[in-house]
Amino acid sequence: MIPYIIRRILIGIPVLWGVTVINFVIINLAPGSPADLYLTPTSTPNQVAMMRHQLGLDQPIWVRYVKWLGQLVHGDLGYSLQNRIPVTQLLGERILPTLTLMGASLVVAYAVAIPFGIFVARRRNTAADYGVVGLSFLGISVPHFFLGLVMIYVFAVKLGWFPTGNIMTLGGPGGLVDRVEHLVLPTLVLATAISANMVRYVRSSMIDVLGADYIRTARAKGLGDIMITNKHALRNALTPIVTVIGVDLSVLLGGAIVTEQIFQWQGIGLLTIQAIQGRDYSVLMGINLIAALGVFVANLLTDIAYGVVDPRVKYS
Amino acid sequence: MTAAKIENATADDRRPLLEVVDLRLHYPIKRGVISRTVGHVKAVDGVSFSVYPGETLGIVGESGCGKSSAGRSIIRLETPTSGSVIFDGDDISRAGERSLRRVRSELQMVFQDPYASLNPQLRIGDLLAEPLIAHHKCSRAEAKQRVREILTTVGLNDQYVNRYPHELSGGQRQRVGIARALMLEPKLIVCDEPVSALDVSIQAQVLNLLKDLQEDFGLTYIFISHGLGAIKYISDRIAVMYLGKIMELAPTTEIFNRPSHPYTELLLDAYPEPNPRLRDRERMVIEGDVPSPADPPSGCVFHTRCPYAQEKCRIEVPQLESIDAADSGRGEVACHFPLDKPSRRSFAAPEPVPAGRHSASATASGEGA
Repeated sequence: MIPYIIRRILIGIPVLWGVTVINFVIINLAPGSPADLYLTPTSTPNQVAMMRHQLGLDQPIWVRYVKWLGQLVHGDLGYSLQNRIPVTQLLGERILPTLTLMGASLVVAYAVAIPFGIFVARRRNTAADYGVVGLSFLGISVPHFFLGLVMIYVFAVKLGWFPTGNIMTLGGPGGLVDRVEHLVLPTLVLATAISANMVRYVRSSMIDVLGADYIRTARAKGLGDIMITNKHALRNALTPIVTVIGVDLSVLLGGAIVTEQIFQWQGIGLLTIQAIQGRDYSVLMGINLIAALGVFVANLLTDIAYGVVDPRVKYS
Repeated sequence: MTAAKIENATADDRRPLLEVVDLRLHYPIKRGVISRTVGHVKAVDGVSFSVYPGETLGIVGESGCGKSSAGRSIIRLETPTSGSVIFDGDDISRAGERSLRRVRSELQMVFQDPYASLNPQLRIGDLLAEPLIAHHKCSRAEAKQRVREILTTVGLNDQYVNRYPHELSGGQRQRVGIARALMLEPKLIVCDEPVSALDVSIQAQVLNLLKDLQEDFGLTYIFISHGLGAIKYISDRIAVMYLGKIMELAPTTEIFNRPSHPYTELLLDAYPEPNPRLRDRERMVIEGDVPSPADPPSGCVFHTRCPYAQEKCRIEVPQLESIDAADSGRGEVACHFPLDKPSRRSFAAPEPVPAGRHSASATASGEGA
């Protein structure tokens, strides 16, 4: 197992390097420049050139990339042009809220999807089954921004149960309860799509497993229904579900960007939008690197989890 | 075969362990938007037989003749459409889940596919101990001990306790399947094609194991197979099934030496001749396909393919009746014009599997690990 993980990490390094090259080129080729931020319509071409020179933007792209890479090796992601603080410090402040939001969404999504998936798998082609499958299509189809606005309107504006946005009450006493209250709505928005997708995976995986010969064997042993479902069926049905978690993580990242914007959740997602608008190159590079690293780690963990869940999978 | 067993098999006045009366298993065919039932697949259609303690009843027939469906509805993995299954005095064909679980400790099944029928997530030791613990037969420590004993009994050893099913060969897995069925010390085991998925060399070992276990534990078997070699080797009596019905039910020697039903004769004829010198003889070839069990032929279901069929066969359904009223030992046949001649083939040829007492542990060592 350990040699396998080391090999995977070694393979991961060139992949991540490739990701940084592609991102660097795309970001720098995109129209606009961070220099625009500092300039006014009355700036002369001379001033523009000077600003570009100050920011190092007049150098060829490959020189800038090598410089960026050189800094990276020393653990330095450069300075945010917008916020005037080191990118590492900026990301460090923003990553925890995003991880909290993603983690909470994942837990809620699975806590809903797995029991419902099992429930409808055992009642295939009944009204309950059609109802849940129909709802799941609705959940997958509804866009994050729309669902987010509806939730804010209903639960924050009309009912006043939850705040409309932000991580915590600004200037308030803070505390855990306050933070959890702020977490509920964005979590529900993110969890909806993941859960709606997952419930269909759980359902079909369970239906598959419930029809397997070894379930018939378990029944012939004289085991009860609960024992058969939880011990024999669920454990086998989990194997394909584990694979989906890795895919879900990238969906979550994308969803987090939109959701954080709607709820003004001060995480990586909100930072991404701000950095794109300000052409904040070094911040964008930092975010992309973290996102790529996140997906890489998630996939590695998925493969490791695969080996834990299924005794037939062995890594050497 | 022990003397006691022969006595059992012939003494028909003994109380049967299992009595199947007019068993039917029909699957509805559903079509259309609202899943309207438009007909039924008659997988098992009016099957009756008795199984006596200590004997092996073989059920043979082509694929799709309903032999496995019959086996599954006997142990109630399927609920029969009608008819009764009387096991040890109780009708279990309509038993509820609770009483069924009690019966399952006495009525077990060995499944066809040893690859698919064992849960890949469970270690051998756990999946064997599970029925004991679920039925509260004994403590976990005792269950562990029983698992060790049973593994030795089926020719494996206690090293297999911590292995997963995928680490075992087909023959070893089927030994685990048999061990699993034995765990609750059942009275009757339904063996549903237990050797069909195995290599020929392993088939013999598993058949011998089943025979030895029958002697040691006084087991009763229903042995379902499409392989004539296996069924001849292990069965005391054989039921020949076709399209959900029993065509002939007679002692093994009668079936092989004096088949009474034309279908039995054709089935035996299709069996490959091991002796090349005898291969020249003209063979009767069975014509056409098996008719659909959703729409079985009128009268005798075999009349569409029977070389001797006459007008009566098309109209009247033959009942399963004694072949020879004076000699109940000859068995029963469902045919208007039963054959009365010796088999056209000699089945006195050397047995495919040597009979006698076999050391289970010795045979297992010959198997690939």
